[in-house]
Amino acid sequence: MTLLRTITATLMLGCLIALGAGNALALDAASPQQAPDELRALAADSYAAKARAIKDLVASQAPRTRVWLQALLDGKLQRLEDDGRFVIVTDNRGRDWTVIDAVDDAPLGEVSRRRIDRITINNALRNQLRSAMAILDLDADDPAERLASADRLIGEVDADLAEPLAARLDAESDGDVRAKLAQALALYRLQSGDAAQIDAAIDTLSGSLNPTVRAALAQVARGDGEAAEAARQALAGIEQALRLNHAAETLYFGLSLGSVLVLAAIGLAITFGVMGVINMAHGELIMLGAYTTWMLQQLLPGQPGLALILAIPAGFLVSALVGVIIERSVIRFLKGRPLETLLATFGVSLILQQLVRTVISPLNRTVVTPEWMSGSLVVNEALSLTLNRLYVLGFALVVFAALMLVMRRTRLGLEVRAVTQNRTMARAMGIHATRVDILTFALGSGVAGLAGVALSQLTNVGPNLGQNYIIDSFMVVVFGGVGNLWGTLVAGMSLGVINQVIEPWAGAVLAKVIVLVFIILFIQKRPRGLFPQKGRAAEG
Amino acid sequence: MNASKSHRWIAAGLLGLGISVPALAQEDTIKVGILHSLSGTMAISESTLKDEMLMLIQQQNDKGGLLGKQLEPVVVDPASDWPLFAEKARQLLAKDKVDVIFGNWTSASRKAVLPVVEELDGLLFYPVQYEGEESSENIFYTGAAPNQQAIPAVDYLMNNVGVQRWVLEGTDYVYPRTTNKILETYLKEHGVADDDIMIDYTPFGYSNWQNIVSNIKQFGSQGKKTAVVSTINGDANVPFYRELANQGIDAADIPVMAFSVGEQELSGIDTAPLVGHLAAWNYFMSVDTDANYDFIDNWIAYNDGDDTVVTNDPMEAHYIGFNMWLQAVKKAGTTEVDAVKDAIIGVTVPNLSGGYATMMPNHHITKPVMIGEIQDNGQFSVVWQTPSTVAGDAWSDYLPGSRDLISDWRKPLECGNYNVVEKTCGGSAEETASQ
Repeated sequence: MTLLRTITATLMLGCLIALGAGNALALDAASPQQAPDELRALAADSYAAKARAIKDLVASQAPRTRVWLQALLDGKLQRLEDDGRFVIVTDNRGRDWTVIDAVDDAPLGEVSRRRIDRITINNALRNQLRSAMAILDLDADDPAERLASADRLIGEVDADLAEPLAARLDAESDGDVRAKLAQALALYRLQSGDAAQIDAAIDTLSGSLNPTVRAALAQVARGDGEAAEAARQALAGIEQALRLNHAAETLYFGLSLGSVLVLAAIGLAITFGVMGVINMAHGELIMLGAYTTWMLQQLLPGQPGLALILAIPAGFLVSALVGVIIERSVIRFLKGRPLETLLATFGVSLILQQLVRTVISPLNRTVVTPEWMSGSLVVNEALSLTLNRLYVLGFALVVFAALMLVMRRTRLGLEVRAVTQNRTMARAMGIHATRVDILTFALGSGVAGLAGVALSQLTNVGPNLGQNYIIDSFMVVVFGGVGNLWGTLVAGMSLGVINQVIEPWAGAVLAKVIVLVFIILFIQKRPRGLFPQKGRAAEG
Repeated sequence: MNASKSHRWIAAGLLGLGISVPALAQEDTIKVGILHSLSGTMAISESTLKDEMLMLIQQQNDKGGLLGKQLEPVVVDPASDWPLFAEKARQLLAKDKVDVIFGNWTSASRKAVLPVVEELDGLLFYPVQYEGEESSENIFYTGAAPNQQAIPAVDYLMNNVGVQRWVLEGTDYVYPRTTNKILETYLKEHGVADDDIMIDYTPFGYSNWQNIVSNIKQFGSQGKKTAVVSTINGDANVPFYRELANQGIDAADIPVMAFSVGEQELSGIDTAPLVGHLAAWNYFMSVDTDANYDFIDNWIAYNDGDDTVVTNDPMEAHYIGFNMWLQAVKKAGTTEVDAVKDAIIGVTVPNLSGGYATMMPNHHITKPVMIGEIQDNGQFSVVWQTPSTVAGDAWSDYLPGSRDLISDWRKPLECGNYNVVEKTCGGSAEETASQ
């Protein structure tokens, strides 16, 4: 503590010298901080007082307004307990935090977090701060920043702001920003009471999918007269567009869930569907893929994206290797005995889970989502597609295509099909059946590993990860038709869409039940699934 | 070993005859049972509580133990499996002969353990916020009852944030369902229309939140201020918050008030997009008191100096519960269950937020209620706090049948569900029917 004080003191002294100390005035300014009243007011006790203080600060147009507002918004504007100095925290990790002076940016070194008091804000103040900053940012050089500011101001315009905003609109060159500014202004003019202005405003606002706009139009539409009629028309158009967008969104959710199901099931479609092995440890192979991703991210700190890409081959190899070990040590001794295989692989699945619990941790591990996979792709104001799921959807399709290619176009695929159709005959033709068994199982397991890599971006990576997907995987394979990869794709995607269509009105729990009942009924009618194997091979 | 075992039998036999034999009952150590899942879905939350108990016991032993004896922890792993909780509790009480148990997280597991501790007359300290509607002679509830968490949180949203539309989102089991039932009644009593309440449940470990989050977004874009009250439990929270962030639901527009999300749960995610979402607890790691900083420093030291570890509300509850038990044992001069049970009522110990916690006659404690907003460093900043502590209420005033019940384990009443209308002990017909 004393050491820290000394350092702080030295630093302050350094600043003084740098500022050309020596005259008494500067010394006074540095020892007790000469914080302006506007800044002091921010440290008020009640939120109402803080709200007034923010207003005053913006009105004062002090040169550092923007910096203080941002620091306050980020929770970085704090006060030293000892001398009430206002500081900005630049690093709040660990027990000692790095701070700088809020008034003149002078570095003050590290201070124990016990000696700093945060100036707390709540959501209401956060809203106020963002709007205040949006007004300041309207003159920013970057059009993207201006656009964000204009968007922020929709629904926030009052009489004071309308005037400068109109001026800003005239000066604006960027088309998108102009449109947003026009909307923000129109929304204000909607309440103006002047018929011509209201008409023009409704005209500007029709077609906007912004919820604030919609709520405001609905308000006007509830009245009578010409304006209300126009508003009703605009609203009808908006509702129509919203319904379309909502349908598109549900479809996207369904396909996204479907892609997860396909990824989880496609490996099983090979080991169970093609080879006929009931592998209850399939879920744990998925889990191993997810843990490989985590492990690589630990090995490559700071590069989550690269680690994720490297995890694709690595996850495949790890799971394939474990798959081969399972095949060689357990499954091959139980050929043609499905019940024993089921029990033995269930045992293997428990062993793998406990292994992860003991070796790594019973707690979930954090897999970081790389920057380029976070957030969403904004199509319009009512429809945005979450990026992580978009990537997984694409990945599922790529994996499926690659697998089809392997099964249809390579020698391995040919041999696999030959061995599944007639093992004895294939062996007579000189195919090394054992080798094919190993490779097929490795392929199926490796694909499970790929599923794990993808799932690490969507769900929790923990020892139970696999258990959540094993039932779904069998469901998809059986529904699609055992032994048919296309069946798995179609089954996975359609189950995903069905589930998401039902979910909004049935709830998540009931939706799952309904889907299961549907599959049971379907299997009663068509025991071999959507796409049954045809020909003699299927009979045998 | 054999000798002490037979002593125990003799002691137990004599106790059964109503003769107190402190000299014979004396053991070398005082055994403290720890009943928290170290594997399975609840391990994420419960395993830290086990470590915390070990730390507290170690600290007490360093200070010279209790009644001149050392404390000896007995750790078992009920593996997030509710029936196994009952089995392990039986093992702790009947085989290991522990003097007290600290344990459980989910209500389902507590319900499984309850008949066992009542049958074998044990002591259980339960550290997690729960749905109420229960009061056992043998259980001490150091977590929050609904009136110490849910109701004040909803009041805050209604009065300070101006929320008019409500989404009650929860995991599908007893705690969220009971809490939401209480909240629904409460909201309707305060004039909220049926259309303005949306209730939804998801299974444990749910991860496909996209549709639900999109629904919440739509529900909240009708022009009235909307908030989500979340009783989502366990690791399903991580994908839920991730989806909120991805779909761009900002706390300033639709805040999420969570009852089961603490520092531990947030340590798995990037909280920058979640700033401003809320949680209601009786303690936050960011509480600015010396007692709290000391506790955190001890906890970091116990974890080999790893300063990424966090503390949370159930940890504070165990801290309070453990200290209360120590005081009660000192007051009674014995670890004998009945004596401790009588001695602990009225015991007051400091909590970590600068106040005091008192054990009430209904086996619940007094706690301050705090509302915190999530910060970008995974911590909460307290934005609202009750001016004084609130006493836990075992039976909610907002459920039919339950509002007439009180719990008072002092003599002469000694009843966990005394009906003040019918003047009988044993609950009410309505309440029995609803269970």
